[in-house]
Amino acid sequence: MSGTVRATLERASPARIARRPTRPQLIKASVTTVLLLFAFFALPELLSLYYIDTMTQVAVYSMVTLALGLLVGRVGLFSLGQAAVLAIGAWAAARLLFATTQPYPLVLLEAGLITMVAGLLIGLPALRLRGLYLALITLMLAGSITVVLATVNFPNGGHGFLGYNGGLLHIPPIRRPSIAASDPAYYRFSVVIAIVMFALVLAHIKTKPGRAWAAIRQSEPAALAAGINIWFYKLWAFALASFITGVAGGVLAGAIHYLYSINFPTQDSITLLAVTLMGGVFSLWGAVVAGLLYQFLPALLNNWGVSADWLIILFGLGVLQVLTTAPAGLADQVPRDLRRLGHLLGTRIRRFRRGPGGDGA
Amino acid sequence: MIEVDGLTVRYGGVTSLDAMSLTFEQGTCGLIGPNGAGKTTFFNVLSGFVRPAAGAVRAFGVDLLSMAHYRRARWGVRRTFQTEQAIEELSVFDNVAMVHEHSRLGGASRRADVLDAITFTGLDADPETKVRTLGAGQRRLVEVARAVVGRPRLVLLDEPAAGLPDEETSHLAEVIRRIPEHTGALAILVDHDMSLVSACCATTAVLDFGKLIASGPTAAVLRDDAVIRAYLGVA
Repeated sequence: MSGTVRATLERASPARIARRPTRPQLIKASVTTVLLLFAFFALPELLSLYYIDTMTQVAVYSMVTLALGLLVGRVGLFSLGQAAVLAIGAWAAARLLFATTQPYPLVLLEAGLITMVAGLLIGLPALRLRGLYLALITLMLAGSITVVLATVNFPNGGHGFLGYNGGLLHIPPIRRPSIAASDPAYYRFSVVIAIVMFALVLAHIKTKPGRAWAAIRQSEPAALAAGINIWFYKLWAFALASFITGVAGGVLAGAIHYLYSINFPTQDSITLLAVTLMGGVFSLWGAVVAGLLYQFLPALLNNWGVSADWLIILFGLGVLQVLTTAPAGLADQVPRDLRRLGHLLGTRIRRFRRGPGGDGA
Repeated sequence: MIEVDGLTVRYGGVTSLDAMSLTFEQGTCGLIGPNGAGKTTFFNVLSGFVRPAAGAVRAFGVDLLSMAHYRRARWGVRRTFQTEQAIEELSVFDNVAMVHEHSRLGGASRRADVLDAITFTGLDADPETKVRTLGAGQRRLVEVARAVVGRPRLVLLDEPAAGLPDEETSHLAEVIRRIPEHTGALAILVDHDMSLVSACCATTAVLDFGKLIASGPTAAVLRDDAVIRAYLGVA
């Protein structure tokens, strides 16, 4: 054995590489906990009902952008059909909520699973395609689903498989969980569901599927050489993303009480991809930022009396900005720029304290 | 032992491998030849990326070509790539663990096996470091660690020393030479660096335009007239 090899072997002894959380990891965990506690306990106390409803929507769409970010950022699959997948989840949940008296979380699970099966059926043929072609196919499929939904309508308490009755005068609202009937309580409920979905994704990306997806995204030959069944793992990503979006659809159903196909236009899928990219697809925080951009920003503009249509232009510019200056999105760029700003201010303040002309010597 | 029999690969009108028949016995075997000779194509056939037009490959008594490509890693085929393919987003540990979890070995010994493979390569980096922060030589070692983890049977090294400075190449040579004894696998080394091939391989085979033109003990092969002609292009 050569000297170099022996020396490096000694340096890399297993004792040196015990797994211990690093300082940045601890900071990140504490910040996350504080923000979650704030969102859960303080936010509903501070906000008006208008903004509480908005934040419920933010929780719903954070789940949708979480799923889309998983596909785009972790696996490299561009889907332009997420609004339609959300609609399927909302439809399935609404149907189950009208037809049964099952507990709400169970309905969410079932709606997620039904959407997952639908997503897999869409994904199965689509996964043979990549990049632009996959995006195009998913967009066309989303368009078809919108057309079908416009014909069959969302369940409104009617009978039969579709559960729709066009002649109903008093449409019953879609029910909420009994413990979360009020708007603030339902907001808290949706935050909890979102946390569960984020944890589900985190559990995936930190383990075997996450490693496989990272390999597939960078190099399919390297993934194959590592024994990764590319087709299976892509399908798994599609299934997981559909499940999460389906659950989000179920939460949305209870949030808005009445569902119409007009709530799910095909072009929403494009805007969703834009905000997902802006938020950042390589970090889970990106999904929260995307949810805020998608729901909180329009609510804010509405409140100020500015037309939300301006957002389309703003999002266009935002995507351009993100793609040219921060490919990892706002979730990466903002903390980095804030750190830089803090560093800059710190240097200035130290220099100022030393006093003009006093070089600190 | 790998027995290659009449292996032929065609890309359209180009015959990339022309009825190649050869046996790799054991240890580290060299496979050399000028650019376009079919070396990487041969590796691609063994990895399952390319389907040959004809021929058979028996690896330790198993018909390798009938196995699905992603199953070959589980069986024991490992490889590195000409342009290094360490996964940048993952840590060194995760890069190696990724191969281990698709191998025949269970999860119980994973952490120990992965750290052992990293230690074997002598990589001087914290296993929790992201690969994107590593230098070229270190990334090559990550690839080698991936190739030796999880009880491999056949390790294919495709120009592992390309672009490395001399000092790192000699370290790599030391690591490659020890692969068969450490893992029990048969290793095949493709490289243009003859000093690396001489240092690592007892036997060497030479390809030129898809045809096998020489094979045998490395020193003898490198003195072979046909080999010198192939490399220098003398008629």
